[in-house]
Amino acid sequence: MAEEIIRLVNIAKEFHGVQVLDHINLQIFRNEFVTLLGPSGCGKTTTLRIIGGFESPSSGDLLFEGERINEVPSFKRRVNTVFQNYALFPHLNVFENIAFGLRISKLNNKQIARKVTEALELVNLRGYEKRGIHSLSGGQQQRVAIARAVVNEPEVLLLDEPLAALDLKLRKEMQIELKNIQKRLGITFIFVTHDQEEALTMSDTIVVMKDGRIQQIGQPIDIYNEPKNMFVADFIGASTILPGRFIQDFHVFFADRAFDCVDKGFAPQEEVDVVIRPEDVKLVAPEDGMLQGVVTSVVFKGVHYEMLVESGDIVWKVHSTLMEPVGSNVGMVILPNDIHVMKKVAS
Amino acid sequence: MKRNWMAYPYFFWMLLFTIVPLLMVLYFSFTASVNGDGRFSFANFQRVLDPLYLNVIWRSVRLAFISTVICLVLGYPVAMLLAQSQASRQFTLIVLFVIPMWMNFLARTYAWMTLLERNGLINTFLGWFGLGPYNLLHTEFAVVLGMIYNFLPFMVLPIYTVLNKMDPALTEASYDLGATPIRTFFRVTLPLSLPGVLSGISMVFMPAVTTFVIPQLLGGGQFTMIGNLIEQQFLRSNDWGFGSALSIILMLLILLSMRIMSHYDRDRGEGGGFF
Repeated sequence: MAEEIIRLVNIAKEFHGVQVLDHINLQIFRNEFVTLLGPSGCGKTTTLRIIGGFESPSSGDLLFEGERINEVPSFKRRVNTVFQNYALFPHLNVFENIAFGLRISKLNNKQIARKVTEALELVNLRGYEKRGIHSLSGGQQQRVAIARAVVNEPEVLLLDEPLAALDLKLRKEMQIELKNIQKRLGITFIFVTHDQEEALTMSDTIVVMKDGRIQQIGQPIDIYNEPKNMFVADFIGASTILPGRFIQDFHVFFADRAFDCVDKGFAPQEEVDVVIRPEDVKLVAPEDGMLQGVVTSVVFKGVHYEMLVESGDIVWKVHSTLMEPVGSNVGMVILPNDIHVMKKVAS
Repeated sequence: MKRNWMAYPYFFWMLLFTIVPLLMVLYFSFTASVNGDGRFSFANFQRVLDPLYLNVIWRSVRLAFISTVICLVLGYPVAMLLAQSQASRQFTLIVLFVIPMWMNFLARTYAWMTLLERNGLINTFLGWFGLGPYNLLHTEFAVVLGMIYNFLPFMVLPIYTVLNKMDPALTEASYDLGATPIRTFFRVTLPLSLPGVLSGISMVFMPAVTTFVIPQLLGGGQFTMIGNLIEQQFLRSNDWGFGSALSIILMLLILLSMRIMSHYDRDRGEGGGFF
């Protein structure tokens, strides 16, 4: 079984009377790639800063390998951080930036040179030792920031939206590269982002946060397929979310008719939210559909078309590789497996 | 670019009140009066080499240097405190700091005279504890004190400006990499604030080395500095030639110190550099 490295126990944080973190409980394991995902202001960065030692929690315990480290200052923690805007030292060159932590740990010059070279190789920046920070592109600065952190061989690497400032193509490249670096180093990564796709691509575990609370913890595939509530479903991907009523196990009522589903355990007649992903709505001939509707908009998205289908007072979002023209009558089929019934959240 | 005619009044001003007087000073310094006739001569500069005058120059540099160092030692922590305090409090603190500067320079310096007098406030206060009275006024101490008091804000403000602009994430990054707060100060904060320190040093050293009011009032005329000497030549001895030569020496002195500073200030794009 995986070994725990960090645990947050009932961590709460207040800033000037505002509750930023509301009693967070979280367990992080060795070698895990954990992503804290959520909209801005959800408390994900505060959580990371508490782990890094830049903020102290108002209450609760932070455990590192089972020991409470609330009072341990950041310069004594065995974690390193890749900051959002990199925070590279402008008065030092690439080599000295990366060597900064090593010089403190009193290694000799030869060891330092070797480790810096290794770190630069890891991030594909060999030969940039003497360059000044300002002469580097955003992507290169990003790599130096990663090298500067990992060269100290931390047990945990904290990354605060490190890819936010990069353009789309570079971001995709760095996502894969970061994942590779994590695998190669075999250390724990705690990654903060508001980009759900980034989270799904890179993580072993995703922690979805909102308003200082954890909404769901799970593997990407579980978060995507079995969102625990409407917020997670909405945040993780564009879905159609409908109010419904649970009839009995494996039966749910929404969109003016009863459907078979795979969910159970709700009370009969309980008000629920039903999530249908756009790629799970199959378009068929009107007479073959469970529901009938009219196509009101078609947008080409590259791999698929995104269509809006109006049926009664519900607008369905549908993804399909085949296009139905605007105004055409269509039928829709939804399989029991693709119907996600969730507890209603007071919003 | 099309509007550069708007700068003409200033150029004219500069020409009339800076360039021309400078040339005049240069002319007087190399001119000796022989029977009412001006002749080219090095005599004025040779006179500066008199130990009496060299001593004055040395004293000016020494006192200005001491004041600058003390201003730096006192001012840097204050600048740090200002930069680190909350934005709402920063304004109040800066205003408190700058308010004395709104008062007339002479009034401020006269105030110190009454404070330092033999039966002044400080000696009275010390007397309550059975101490003194001390001769505080008309000492080098009083001169240095007056310079520090008057010029300290010029040290604090440029350092504060640089520190305030510094990304707080840099300090965090240093802690993150294992550096203690003290190490972080010497490895990150201080090197990055150097441009502010350098302009602070020049903004204190320059007025300190040229001042003549402070040594006159607080030094009681016993600690003549180069500024007093120049004043004497122009206003009392009427020896414009020698006064001009001294002025040129003073300018060279300042230029030299600026040159040394800018040497340390190279390759630093940010901050309040002077040259």
